[in-house]
Amino acid sequence: MSESLYTQLLYLAAGAFLLTAVLILWRRELAVIVRILALQGLALAVMVAVLAAREGSVELWAVAGGIAVLRVGVLPHLVRRALTGAEAARRESAPSVNVASSLLAAAGLTLLGFAVSQPLVALAPSPATQAVPVGVTVVLIGFLVLVTRRRALSQLVGFLLLDNGITAVGFLTTAGVGLVVEVGVSLDVLLAVLVLQLLATRMRETFGDTDLDELRELRD
Amino acid sequence: MIWLPILVPVLAAALYAVFGWRRASTWLAPASAAGVLAVAIVLAVAVAQDGPRTAWLLRLDALSSFMLVVIGAVGLLATVATPAYLRAEIAAGRAGTRTAGRHCLLVQLFLATMALAVLAADLGVLWVAIEATTIVTAFLVGQRRTRASVEAAWKYVVICSTGIALALLGVIVLNHAARHATGGPVGLDLVDLSAAAPGLDPGVTRIAVALLIIGLGAKAGLAPLHAWLPDAHSQAPAPVSALMSGVLLSVAAYAILRVKVIADAALGAGFARTVLVVMALASLVLAATLLLGQRDYKRMLAYSSIEHLGLVALASAIGSQFAVAAALLHVLGHGLAKGALFVGAGRILQVTGTSAVAGVRGLASAHPALAGGVGLGVLALVGLPPFSLFASELGIFRAGFGEGLGWVTAAAVVLVVVIAGALFVHSGRMMLGDPPDGPGAARAAVRLPVPTAVAVFGGLAACAVLGVTAGPLGSLIGQAAEVVAGAR
Repeated sequence: MSESLYTQLLYLAAGAFLLTAVLILWRRELAVIVRILALQGLALAVMVAVLAAREGSVELWAVAGGIAVLRVGVLPHLVRRALTGAEAARRESAPSVNVASSLLAAAGLTLLGFAVSQPLVALAPSPATQAVPVGVTVVLIGFLVLVTRRRALSQLVGFLLLDNGITAVGFLTTAGVGLVVEVGVSLDVLLAVLVLQLLATRMRETFGDTDLDELRELRD
Repeated sequence: MIWLPILVPVLAAALYAVFGWRRASTWLAPASAAGVLAVAIVLAVAVAQDGPRTAWLLRLDALSSFMLVVIGAVGLLATVATPAYLRAEIAAGRAGTRTAGRHCLLVQLFLATMALAVLAADLGVLWVAIEATTIVTAFLVGQRRTRASVEAAWKYVVICSTGIALALLGVIVLNHAARHATGGPVGLDLVDLSAAAPGLDPGVTRIAVALLIIGLGAKAGLAPLHAWLPDAHSQAPAPVSALMSGVLLSVAAYAILRVKVIADAALGAGFARTVLVVMALASLVLAATLLLGQRDYKRMLAYSSIEHLGLVALASAIGSQFAVAAALLHVLGHGLAKGALFVGAGRILQVTGTSAVAGVRGLASAHPALAGGVGLGVLALVGLPPFSLFASELGIFRAGFGEGLGWVTAAAVVLVVVIAGALFVHSGRMMLGDPPDGPGAARAAVRLPVPTAVAVFGGLAACAVLGVTAGPLGSLIGQAAEVVAGAR
């Protein structure tokens, strides 16, 4: 792969990655959000695949495949399964921050992401590390979703966004953190989401809904 | 041999998975915890003689073998009290034998992941083990399936997973720095990292360390990501609260110590110290303000855990060998005292049916043995002699004044005194007065089960003995503190 094609493909994937994060902030219907989340997983898998093609690494190709299965297929499927049967919860009712302000906040977070990751880029400048700020920004946007959304399921989406961002930073800085750790990390994320999905189901059984506004039992 | 502390509970978990909760398997859990404790002691002796040893993915040094002792001791205390607790829950119809079996299975897996966390040679494996404990304990927190407990479990998983995700980002950023270290690339092995630390890029390492300490701080119950702790501790079954308070928080604090070794070698003592001091003081202030008006005694104990972990964080910030030794002693003493108290509190909840301070009166006349245990536990918790928390708190404060953190330490002392006052007032209200009449009075004659009494008084006795003389543990703590502070 030529240098310029590699760079363009990589930045295209990174751009799609960031765009999907912003779209998640913009849209309110949970069903749509889950679809966008799968798209973001695809962008992440493409990003890793481009890196794999560049380095000619079989291991990295396998990881890209694994990411595609996990983040395009399994994780969105789990969120969707928590969603079905919750007709009343399909719409994101009232995010505590309105869409205009959260998009504005996303712009601010992008600037912050680029500022914060300067040392990371400066340490080893390369086309891949130039894209690291995108990963950091997605982490920050994930955090924003976690804090400002009230429905349990949107919090789950926020967590997955955060995790996608972290994975992207991991692959863009170096080729991951070793196979044992990589497998452990993926397994943990999968299990955490499974647990959250089960809890969301259980919450619906006890509360009738998964609105976190209902979570008022415990406070001081 | 090094794998034993992990394999023993895994084996016990497998047995529980097959046989479930029945008469024969009742005492399997304490036996497994006792096994972990015994192996920990054998390994500690071996480490003292031959120095650190390694195996695939694992490394055992004085610090990890001390933490294994903590896991074994608090685990033993909690599991001894478990059968009586579960029997009472089953009798009250709040749990079935299936729930009880799953409880025992998950507790064993919890012990295994904690042992893996302290034995991990690699920062990545350490991370995986700590995250795995969140998953294992989530269903223990939500075991009672009430509104409140499901809510607590949800908050627990969301906040802890987010915190630990921040720590993962820290691991990745640190890995980035390590790959481009001036002395050539290194992996995530803890020893290699601290050896290569002076060659790490300071700007990148600073980001990594801040993320790691804040993220692991979530698991240790330190502000700003502490919000899960009071909910989870008050809703979890009593033995699980004991384990979370004594083991889970301590192991997260251990992970912070490991990160601090690398941070100090790379950035000097100032950076990690600043982060930790801010978090420690924020946690102490938070604990003090919320304890003053606290109305729920299980939440009271939970906020007291935030206080004590804040003190441990303060000691880590001070960072001298003496301070770290005091912190380690504090971890063990707090684990034993708080474990005993949570077991006692769980028993109070079972006999009175309420977790409100105002709902429990006249405990001293109605349940003298239980009241005696809880009363002694509170004395231990506020740091009165002869309990070991007296010695360790004194050590932390002395080290703080000696190492130029005078103002911070003075503030901490004031807050600790305020918290002690609040604990005295609340628990005094529960002990004294006339037992309430009505439905509670009929059950007033319930005896304290022997295993529960053994757990409560055994834990407190161990804490008191530790306060008088640390014995052979003293040299282990000294060596463990050297692992952290010796690098400076």
